[in-house]
This record gives sequence, structure tokens and C-alpha cells, in this order.
Amino acid sequence: MSLTYEKLIDKYEPVLGLEVHVELGTKSKMFCGCSTVFGAEPNTQTCPVCLGLPGALPVVNAKAIEYTIAIGLALNCSIAPFSRFARKNYFYPDMPKNFQTSQYDEPICFGGYLDVKVDTEEGVKEFRIEIERVHMEEDTGKSLHMGGATGRIHGADYSLLDYNRAGIPLVEIVTKPVTGTGKYAPEVARAYVSELRDILRSLGVSDVKMEQGSLRCDANVSLRLIGAAKLGTRSETKNVNSLRSVERAVRSEMLRHAALLEKGERVVQQTRHFHEDTGDTTPGRSKEQAEDYRYFPEPDLVPVAPAKDWIEEIRATLPEKPSARRARLQEQWQVPDKEMAAMINADVLDQVEATVKLGADPTRARSWWLGEIARIANEKELPAPSLPITAKDVAEIVALISKGELTDKLARQVVEGIINGEGRPVEIIEKRGIKVVSDDSALMVAIEKAIAAQPDVAEKVRGGHIPAAGALIGAVMKETKGQADAAKVRELLLRHLGQA
Amino acid sequence: MSKISRADVANLARLARIDMSEDELEHLSSELSVILDAVARVQEVAGEDVPPTSHPLPMTNVFRADENRASLTPEEALSGAPAKEEQRFKVPKILGEE
Amino acid sequence: MIEKSATEMAAALQSGELSSVDLTNAHLARIDEVDEKVKAFLHIDRDGALKQAEAVDARRKAGEKLSPLAGVPLALKDVMVQKGIPTTCGSKMLEGWRPPYDSTVVARLKAAGVIILGKTNMDEFAMGSSTENSAYFPTHNPWDLTRIPGGSGGGSSAALAAFEAPLAIGTDTGGSIRQPAAVTGTVGVKPTYGGVSRYGLVAFSSSLDQAGPCARTVLDAAYLHEVIGGYDPLDSTSINAPLPQLVTAAKNASVKGMKIGVIKELQGDGYQAGVLKLFNESLEELAKLGADIVEVSCPHFEYALAAYYLIAPSECSSNLARFDAMRYGIRTGEGSAEEVMNATRELGFGKEVKRRIILGTYALSSGYYDAYYGSAQKVRTLISRDFEQAFEKADVLVSPTAPTTAFKIGEKANDPIAMYLNDIATIPTNLAGVCGISIPSGLAQEDGLPAGFQIMAGAMKDDRLYQVGAALEAALLSKWGAPILSKAPKLGAK
Repeated sequence: MSLTYEKLIDKYEPVLGLEVHVELGTKSKMFCGCSTVFGAEPNTQTCPVCLGLPGALPVVNAKAIEYTIAIGLALNCSIAPFSRFARKNYFYPDMPKNFQTSQYDEPICFGGYLDVKVDTEEGVKEFRIEIERVHMEEDTGKSLHMGGATGRIHGADYSLLDYNRAGIPLVEIVTKPVTGTGKYAPEVARAYVSELRDILRSLGVSDVKMEQGSLRCDANVSLRLIGAAKLGTRSETKNVNSLRSVERAVRSEMLRHAALLEKGERVVQQTRHFHEDTGDTTPGRSKEQAEDYRYFPEPDLVPVAPAKDWIEEIRATLPEKPSARRARLQEQWQVPDKEMAAMINADVLDQVEATVKLGADPTRARSWWLGEIARIANEKELPAPSLPITAKDVAEIVALISKGELTDKLARQVVEGIINGEGRPVEIIEKRGIKVVSDDSALMVAIEKAIAAQPDVAEKVRGGHIPAAGALIGAVMKETKGQADAAKVRELLLRHLGQA
Repeated sequence: MSKISRADVANLARLARIDMSEDELEHLSSELSVILDAVARVQEVAGEDVPPTSHPLPMTNVFRADENRASLTPEEALSGAPAKEEQRFKVPKILGEE
Repeated sequence: MIEKSATEMAAALQSGELSSVDLTNAHLARIDEVDEKVKAFLHIDRDGALKQAEAVDARRKAGEKLSPLAGVPLALKDVMVQKGIPTTCGSKMLEGWRPPYDSTVVARLKAAGVIILGKTNMDEFAMGSSTENSAYFPTHNPWDLTRIPGGSGGGSSAALAAFEAPLAIGTDTGGSIRQPAAVTGTVGVKPTYGGVSRYGLVAFSSSLDQAGPCARTVLDAAYLHEVIGGYDPLDSTSINAPLPQLVTAAKNASVKGMKIGVIKELQGDGYQAGVLKLFNESLEELAKLGADIVEVSCPHFEYALAAYYLIAPSECSSNLARFDAMRYGIRTGEGSAEEVMNATRELGFGKEVKRRIILGTYALSSGYYDAYYGSAQKVRTLISRDFEQAFEKADVLVSPTAPTTAFKIGEKANDPIAMYLNDIATIPTNLAGVCGISIPSGLAQEDGLPAGFQIMAGAMKDDRLYQVGAALEAALLSKWGAPILSKAPKLGAK
């Protein structure tokens, strides 16, 4: 008997734990000078250090430290005056040393928080996610599993290893258990990762492409009866490759846990793999017996004790927080919360801001990005920012409309043209012969023609029945192939029929 | 006498990825018990107030600039590989999770 | 010529008396003559060595200014990575492996024009005190071929004692340079931790390992130390400061007015009587030279062995994890990657290595960390403090290098703890990261075998080792009338 989400929420409360790994966008790797460029030929960006050859030694990349401190500061963390690297010992072919150089009980940043907003039925709610720690480690190589049907590890005959990625700096951001989200747990998880991604992007420390793996999220979920003190058993879900998947994975796990608990069964502590196509998770290795990593301080590296001056220098160069920027823009533009949330969801806030910077009125800029452009993006199932239309294009269109050289309707044709790759606004107007007919005499010709064709309608208007004018206006628009300024037509028509 | 059992050794051998014979497990169990007894005396003086030493010489903040350095060629990188295919290290099927 | 010191050979090269090719050939011939008996070498790089020698001769002829040791041959402990040359670390695990890169030590030797003759035998992965743990064969002490040459760097020291090379490189984690030096009548130095780059030194215990110079005289060792030592940006634990003037210190050998601290805890029971006698005689020599002999106590040194046998295995259990048959080294076994790993590590590692890996895994495991590894790290702090307060009372500290002279091959092979006791006097130095040298103190009364006199100095004060060492060496040479190795049995065919 499976529980519906609503019933689940009545009985259980979810507790989340989110672990996000960020690949830093440094030029060289964490402990050696190999290039970090994505997509290179296999094993062309390796050296004795990142291959873990006998005798090789690590040397810390200063930029990686700087970026990690920046991340910690942006997340309101304390920066440890003294932090150490530690070895996390376990065997896996994608880890050349069979230990990962990471941090254990002395991470570089700890104790921060991130506030996120979630759009709910009861309005916009704010949640504070507490950050346990931010620490540095190194990425592993990439394995290709060969011979199996799915390219996944199960059923493979052998694997091929490429160590280009091994040693790329990784930052791990770990939250404290996130409670009090109730039925919005999935949305909160998504909003957290989204906000984190925006912050990381604004810091310039990573290209945060979830699809490329430079931002990875593991979602830990557990359920407990509402009011219970003890935490339930958690499961860890990996392979969550998009914001939408974060939300889906959390929701899916909540339902799965509830179903088990309702049957009186135990939730097994395990790692699960998320599947994009089904929205479900399947079990990986059971973690009943947690692997003993035998952490000990890394003897090949010395502790990191960032000077207070350095930390303040980094703090001074932090860009405006995305949330602060949003608040500022919302204030400047006088935009209601819902619309603000809509722009963020459609990922067009940057574009709107850029359009406004180029001189467009904020409301007009918004209506284009959230309206026509977002509509086309949805149709094409693409994110709006990926469409080939720029803030400059939109700003130009808005300007042309203001000048009366375009109507809204005609402008939509221009937008369509830009997205189809026909060129920039002026080129399209030229090519397609888009022109607003606002020349009064030309319009009058069309108006008189329409009146002649529908004399009874004209009579009605003369009689004071204004709405009837719509039919005549429509006829004029048809006659002018939509190029007439509808408002102008209406004005002239009504005046002509004595109703202006 | 601190005892490290055959089962303990078997568990450690598993953690260390070494396939030990029964004989080896037995021998190690007794040898290590003796050694552990001898080394356990470190506890006698390791008081709460004594800080541990990880590095013999006090150094901090050893960094390098974020610059690229020449990598090995793929041939050099793969030169020791017991097996290779398509410029990658070829390894037998991995049972653990990814 | 091969019985001369490296300094004398260098002078002969500089004066044009002979070429480096001649010198190299002479040593290769000597190796051919005696190494069947001594078995110091795992690999001899004939072609490479002669090529290097030719190059140096050409540069000298062209009037280039060369490093003092240019053209002098050297034996390299097989734990140091040398590009394109088989590097086995005395283990089956790396049989046939040719590294694609040079260690910093090798790069500096090459830059200085030193001729690397080949790789010397060692206890597997530097774990041992007798070189019996080599997966290939034991090395034999030139003083008595039925005896061990010490370990883990027995090959290097034996090569020196057998005149197969005038210089050698060793590595010292708990005494692996100094103890072999003591039992072969040669000189060996463990530099201050961080004084010589570990980049390319296959790690055994990262916080203890140091590469160091081995030679037949103190001055030779000083020259070699200056070639290999100094800051390396590729090693995060490398000291970023200039090396002290070591050759100058060796030449200005003097102990007048210096305080020599005798460590109370490093003598007495467990030390062979003949070894102690030689130690005391050396102290008398130092006193005659104007030094002030004082007694110091380092009360926590009795815990040093225990701490070492927790820290080193722990670090090595992690350092040796990379040997998994996936990227280099041998591969055996069938089935999954895990099965192949397990089978390869079982076959590729010897008994002592496996013993230490298991011990180290245990000491680091959850629930035992605090009691074992954690406690050992604390003992380390106490030992460093003992040294600190001892160095307040004396300029250098001294002890016999090893408790006994060379024992018979096979004698202690089945008694790990008895074997571990060989390092009892050398281990404290590594734990604290300070420096130490062993110079020959003479031949023990009981057996006529060499013993060593150990001098220790504070971190970055390696010059004191050479200053005091050279002074004592000169005094003993004067007393004996000839270098100690002249008393070694003749190994040659003639």
C-alpha cells in the first residue's frame, strides 16, 4: 500500500543532507601543474603526481585555496586559522594512489549558512540551510565500463581508465541536517543547489555545469514520524545531474522510505543511483558496514594557515551576493515576489538586467523575456538563456516599439526571426519588409475600405456601440497585413466615425 | 596481552587488498600480537596534554602558483601499464559501485 | 685508484691524470670482479654510465666549469626513481618497471655530472635492517661474506666497502643509511628532514624518509650532500632555506670548545661490549681534541622504537596502496579488479612488507587510532622535546650507531623484534626530523667487525655533523695509521 505524498507529509517529516561537489575552474590541478581543460584526449593531461606514480609528491595550488576561501566566505562560514589535509584510504581503480587527499577533522571552512526562497501556495517562504563545512579534495579519474549493455558498471567485462580528471581540485560543501522543510523538502533541495550554483557562478570559481559534472549533488534523505526526536535511517542518492533531478530524487526517496516504513520494513542505509528516465532510484552498494577510511593527517603536505590579511583581501573582492542583487533589482524595478520568482525560475534575470542596462524600461524588458521568449524556449524545451537572442536585441526591439517603428505584434515576428538565426532586428525588419503603417493617409484608405465593406458595423459605431469597432479594426489590420499600428487605427477610425 | 585474532587479520587483509593464505593469517595473528604488545607502551606516556606531531619541522602554507607545467605524453603515462586499450589503462571488471 | 676517496678521484679527473671513462671502466671492472660475491647491485647501467662519462670528459675538455664531483661514479639505492632505468625498490611488485621520470636527487646528480653506475640492493620498500628482505637476493658484507651489510640500504654501503663505487645514495627512515654504514665501516648521513628532496623517492614512511649521501670519507659525503641537498619546489616538505656550508665545515674539522652530549639511554644493555668500547675510545679522542664531554638524558627515547613501529607501518600501509596492478608493476590473478589486486599484492609483496601493512592498517583503524597511531604521534612530540632540551646542553649528541656489529645472514630473519632492535639508536633522529651521521669507530674486539659512531645535530645544523665527524675521522685515522677499510679482507680475484 503506497502512501500518497499528501498522506506521507501528514505523518512523516523529511530530514535532508545535501553534499555538493564543485570542480574548481583553476588552470592547473590541485597538486600538480597538469592542465584541467575539459574534453582532452585520454591520458594527455597526467604526470607522476596525478598518476600517483611511486615517488611522486603533491604541492598545493594556491588558487584553489583562494577559491575555497571565497566560497566559504560567500556561505557565511568561518575560515579555519589552521587546517590540514588528510588521507582518506580506500581502493578504487579511478583513484591512482588508492587514497584521496582530502580534509577530515580540520576543514578549511566551517559553520555557515545559506538562505533560500521557495515559492509555495502560501507565498514565498524562506529557509535557512546551515552549512557544516566546506573542504578541499581532489577529483578521480574517469572510467569507461566496457562490454556491458548499458555502459554502466554492472555487467561490464572490463574498464578503461582516463586519468585526465584525476587531481582536479574539488570543493565539497556539506550541509548540517536540514529539518523543518516539511512538504517542501524537494523544492528546498532544488532551491539550495540552484542558489549555490548562482553563488559559485558569480564568484567565478567554477563553470558549474551539472551536465558536465563540474557541479555534483548527492542527496541524503531520511524520514521520521512528525515529532520524533531520533533521525530516521538515511539513504544517499548519487548521479543527480540537474536541478530538476534534485527535486525529483528527493521526492522519490521520500515516497520510497514512506512505503517501506508503512509496511513495517526497515530503511536500509545505502547509496542509491538516480535514473533520469524513470525518476526512480536503484540501490548501489549497501553501506550497512561503513567503510573504514583510516583517516590520518597527510604527511606529504603541511598545514594551511591563511593569513588574516589574505582572507580580508578575498572578502573585499567578493561580488554582490545573488540574493542581495536580486533584492536590489526587485526594489529598483518594483517587481512583485511572484514575478521575481518567475524570472529566476525561467533563468532570465541576468538577461532582463542586461536589457535594462541598455536603456529598456524594466517592465517592458521583463514582459519580453518572461513572455514571448520564455514561451518559445518552453516550446523548444531549451533553457531561455541558451536561445540565440541577446539583451541587445531585446533592448533594440523595445526602443523601436517606443519610437513607433514596431508594434508589439510585429515585434513578435522579429523575435521569431532572431531565434531562427535570420540576423539582428534591423536586418530582419529589412529582410521581411516589416513596417508599421502609421501614415494617416495610408491608414485612412484602408479604414474607408473597411467601412465600405461593413456599413452596418460602421453604423453601430456611429451609434455609440464602440466595441463593434473591433471588427473594422480587424479588417484594417488584415488589409495592411498586420503592419498597421492597431492603436492608431482605432484612434483614426473612431474619430472618423465621430466617436473620438 | 593484546590479542589480534585470525579473524581480525583476515579483516585487515581485506581492507588492505591482500589475499592471504590460512597459514599467513595464523602466523601474522601471533606475530602481530607480540608486536602490538611491545608497541602499546606508547600509551604510557601519551597524555592528554601532549599534542601529536604530524610533521617533524613546523612549516605551513607551502603553495604553488596556478600555472601549467608540461604533462607526460600518453605513451609515457601508459608505459608501465599491464594492459592498455585506446590510450587508456585497461583494468578487469570492477565490482564495487562507482 | 678505486680505493681512493671521491675527493681524490675528482682531483685526478680535474688534473687530467685520468678520464671519467677510465674511472668508470675501472669501477665497472671491479663490479664484474666482486659483485658475484657481494651482490650489491640489482642493475648495472654500463652503457648509460659510459655515455655519461664520455659527456663529462667532453665538457671538461671544452673548458667548461664543472661541479666538484663531475665524472665521479656513484651507486644509487634502488628506491630512487631514475628515468628509463629499472627501479624495483627491492620488490617483485616493481619487477621490470622503468620510471618515466627522474627523481630530483637523480636530476641533480646528472646536472653535476656524477656518473650513476647502477641501482643497489635494499630491503624491500626500505623495510628492514639487513637487506635480507630484498625480493631478489641478500647482499653480503664485504668484511665477511656470511654476514649482513645492514639495511635497508645494504647494497649502497656494501658497494662502497667493496670499492665498487666511491659514492652512493641511500635513504634513511629509521637508520637505513647509518646502520649499514656502521656495519660496513663506511660513512652515511641522514640529513635534516626536508634537507634533501623526496620527489622521486618511493615513499615508505613519508614523515620519516630522507635521502642522504654515503661515502668512505666525511669530506666525500659533504661534497655529495651539497650536490643533492637544498630546496625543491616539487616537495612540499622541502626546507626553503639555503643548505649550510657542509664542505667548509668538513674542512674546518674542529671540536675545540664544543660540548658533546652523550645520550645516557643509548648505551648499556643490549649494546655489544666491543661496540661500546669503541664508542668510549672515540669519546676520548674527542676529549683530546678539546671537546667537552657531557652526559645528557633523553628519557622518552625508550619509547622511540614503539612509536616508530606504529608510525612507519601506518604511513606505509597508505603509501603502498597504490601498488594494485592497474597502472604499473606486475599483474597476476584472474577475475575482477579486486581479485587481481588481492592476488597481485599477495604475490608482489614480501613477508615483512605485508606484516607492516597489516600492522599499519590496524593502527589507523577506527577505534584503534587514538591508542596506537595517535599515541605514537604524541611520543614523537616528547622525543622532539627531549632533543630540544638536550641540544640546549650540547652542540651535538652522540651514541653508538647500532647496538651490534654485522650479524650472520639468516640469524635474525625469523625474529622481527630482534631485527627491529638494530635501529634503536638511530630511530629517535628520524622521529624528531633532526640530522645524524655515522662514521667508523673501529673494529670490535670480539669479532674484528666494524662499528659506527653516531653524531646527531639539531634541525638544519647538518654542518656540525661534518665538522665533528671530520675531526674525529682525522683523529682515528691518525690513531690507526690507515683508513679502516684497508683492513677489510681483499675480495678481488687476485
